[in-house]
Amino acid sequence: MSKSQKKKEPVLYGTLPKALTGITGLDEITGGGLPLGRPTLICGEAGCGKTLMSIEFIVRGAVQYNEPGVFVAFEEKSDELAMNVASLGFDLKKLQAENKLKIDHVHIDRSEIEETGEYDLEGLFIRLGYAIDSIGAKRVVLDTLENLFSGLDNQAVLRTELRRLFTWLKEKGVTAIITGERGEGSLTRQGLEEYVSDCVILLDNRVVNQITTRRLRVIKYRGTVHGTNEYPFLIDEDGISVLPVTSLKMANKVSTDRVSTGVSGLDNMLGGKGLYRGGSVLVSGTAGTGKTSLAASFANEACNRKEKCVYFAMEESPNQIIRNIRSIGIDLQKHVDSGLLYFNASRPNLYGLEMHLVAMHKCIKQYKPSVVIIDPITNFINIGSVSEVKNMLVRMIDFLQEEQISVMFTALSLNTIVNEQTDEGVSSLVDAWILVRDIEFNGERNRGLYVMKSRGMKHSNQVREFIITDTGLQLVDVYLGPDGILTGSAREQQMLLERTGEAIRSSAVNRKDREIIRKRKVLEAKIASLHTEFESVEEELNKVYLEEELKKEILNKNREEVMRMRRGETAENKEKTKTSRKK
Amino acid sequence: MADKNEGLNKKNNDTAAGAYVLRLFITGASPNSIRAVENVKSICEKYLNGNYELEVIDIHQQPELAEGEDVIAVPLMIKKAPYPERRMIGDMSDTHRVLKGLGLANNS
Repeated sequence: MSKSQKKKEPVLYGTLPKALTGITGLDEITGGGLPLGRPTLICGEAGCGKTLMSIEFIVRGAVQYNEPGVFVAFEEKSDELAMNVASLGFDLKKLQAENKLKIDHVHIDRSEIEETGEYDLEGLFIRLGYAIDSIGAKRVVLDTLENLFSGLDNQAVLRTELRRLFTWLKEKGVTAIITGERGEGSLTRQGLEEYVSDCVILLDNRVVNQITTRRLRVIKYRGTVHGTNEYPFLIDEDGISVLPVTSLKMANKVSTDRVSTGVSGLDNMLGGKGLYRGGSVLVSGTAGTGKTSLAASFANEACNRKEKCVYFAMEESPNQIIRNIRSIGIDLQKHVDSGLLYFNASRPNLYGLEMHLVAMHKCIKQYKPSVVIIDPITNFINIGSVSEVKNMLVRMIDFLQEEQISVMFTALSLNTIVNEQTDEGVSSLVDAWILVRDIEFNGERNRGLYVMKSRGMKHSNQVREFIITDTGLQLVDVYLGPDGILTGSAREQQMLLERTGEAIRSSAVNRKDREIIRKRKVLEAKIASLHTEFESVEEELNKVYLEEELKKEILNKNREEVMRMRRGETAENKEKTKTSRKK
Repeated sequence: MADKNEGLNKKNNDTAAGAYVLRLFITGASPNSIRAVENVKSICEKYLNGNYELEVIDIHQQPELAEGEDVIAVPLMIKKAPYPERRMIGDMSDTHRVLKGLGLANNS
C-alpha cells in the first residue's frame, strides 16, 4: 500500500535511490527497482532463472533506460549467452556493436592452473574496470561469481578479494547483480550473502504435484519497503514477468453501468438490466446444464457491443467451442475474425495455479478486454488445494475489478452438493451467482436457472426454466401447478390442458351470451307490442274525449241559437236568409 | 618493461627452436608482482638455460590484454610453448609447482 506512495516521491524523502529493472512486476515488488549504485545478490538453485533475470536487467537497462551494462559471464561463453537469450528477443550482438553492452567471459579451469604462491584478483578488477570505463557502464552483472571458488584454492584470498570487490563496485557507483547458487542451509554455497548486504533476492523453482512454479522473494532490501511475499514469476518469450502485488486496499472503483448477459430472460431476472460492469459472476451447475452456452452468449453479447472479450478455455479447444456454440445460433467465429474475441486455451495441468494467474494477467494486460470468461474454474482444483484456488481467484477477481473488467466464471458442481458451496468456494467472492441445475421429473431432465445472489440489485427469486434452442438461450417461467413445479413436456402438457379448458370455457360463455341476446330480443318484441296496444287504447280514450268535446261545442252552439231565437227580433234578418234558404 | 621488449625480440628469433614462451601478467609494482618477476627470472635462468622468451605485461598499462588472455588472478604466468599451455598463478615462490607448471618437475 505504502509502496505506491513511496514510488511517487522517493526523492522528496531522500530515500534510497533505485534503478528500475524494467522487469515486469519486479519494480512494483521492490518499489522502484534495485538499489542504485549498490550490489544486489540474486540466489537460487540451478535452472530457476538467475542468469536470465540478470541479463534482462542489463538488456532492459541498455535499451529502455540508456544505461550501458557489463555482463561478466563465469559460466557461459558470450556466443552461447547471446544464443540463449535470442529466443527472448534480446539481440546481444547488436547491443555490443552499439557499445551498450559488453560481455566478458571469464574462464577458469582448475586443471590448467597451478597455484605457485600468493596472488590476488586484481586481474578481475582491472578487466571489470576497463570494461566499465570503455562503455560508461552503469550496470554490472557477475554471473556466477562462485565459479571462482571452484577454480581457485585459496579461500582466504578469495574471500578478502570478494569483500574488496563489492566495496570497489560501490565506489564505482555501478548497480550490480551478483548471482549465486543456493547452498545447503544458506542462501549461497559460498556465503556470498555475507558480503552483499543491501539487497538479496531469492529465486526458487518448486515442484508441487508434478507442477513446477518459479517463485521470487525479496529476502532483504535495506533502507526501503518491499514486498515480502513469495511471488510467482513466468519466463516466456518476453522475458520474466513477476506477478504484481495483490492489492489489499480494496479501494477499487465501482461502476453503476450495467451490461447485458446476452440472455434477455436473465437480464430480466437481474432487475431488467443485467450485471454491473466490472462485476464478477459465477455460473455453476451440474454437467450439461448449459454453463458454457451461457458464457458464450455473454461473450457474444460483449462482442456485439463492440467490446473486447478474452475467453480462457480450460476444457475445450477454441474450435470446439465455436462449433458447439454455433449449434445454438451464436457465431463466435466472426468475432474471432474481427479481433474482438480472443481465445486463450490451456489445460489447467499445463502449469501451476500461480502461473495460470500470471499468464492470464499478462494476456489481459496485453489485450485489454472489457469482458473475461474463465470456463471452467473447476479443473484448477486438480493442481491446488481449495484454499489455494480460492486465493488465486480472489487475486484474479481483485485484479479484474481494478481494471473494471466484467468476469464470468463457470464451475461444475457435483450432483451431490447442488445448492451448496461450489468446490472452489468462490461463491462468497463473486458479485452474482447463477445456478443452473437439473430438474428431473416425469422421466425427463430439464434445466432450471436461479439467481442465487446478485449484489446491489433487485433480482428475481423465481426458478426459470432454461431452454437451449437453435436460436439461442431462453428463459421460461416454470409452471407452478397444484402438483408442484412442472417443466419441459409436463409444462407443455399442462399448458395444452389449460388452453383446452379455456376453449371450452369460452364456448360456454358464448352460448350464454347468445341466450341473453335472444332473451332480450324476445322481451324487446314484447315491449313493442305492449307499446302499440297502449297507443290504440290511448287513441280510443282520446276519441271519446274528442267526441264529447265536439258534442259539448255543438250543444253550446245550439243553446245560443235557441237563446237568439227566443229573443226573436235580432234573429229576423237572419231568419229571413235562413228561411229563404230553407225554402 | 625492458624485459618485454627483450622477450619480443627473442620470440622473433627463436620460436622455432622449441624454446619456452612465457608471458607474465603483473599489476604494477605490487609486492606480489615484484616477487613474481624476481622468482620467474631466477627460475628461468636456473632451469631453462636461456632457452626462453619472457614477456612481462603490466595489465594496468594494457587492460585490454587482460581480457584477451582471461586474466583474473595475478600474478599470472602463461606458458604458451611448448604445448600444452599452462597457467601459473601466484608469486612463483613455490618453485616445485612452477617447475611442474613448466613441465620440468620430473627433471628436477
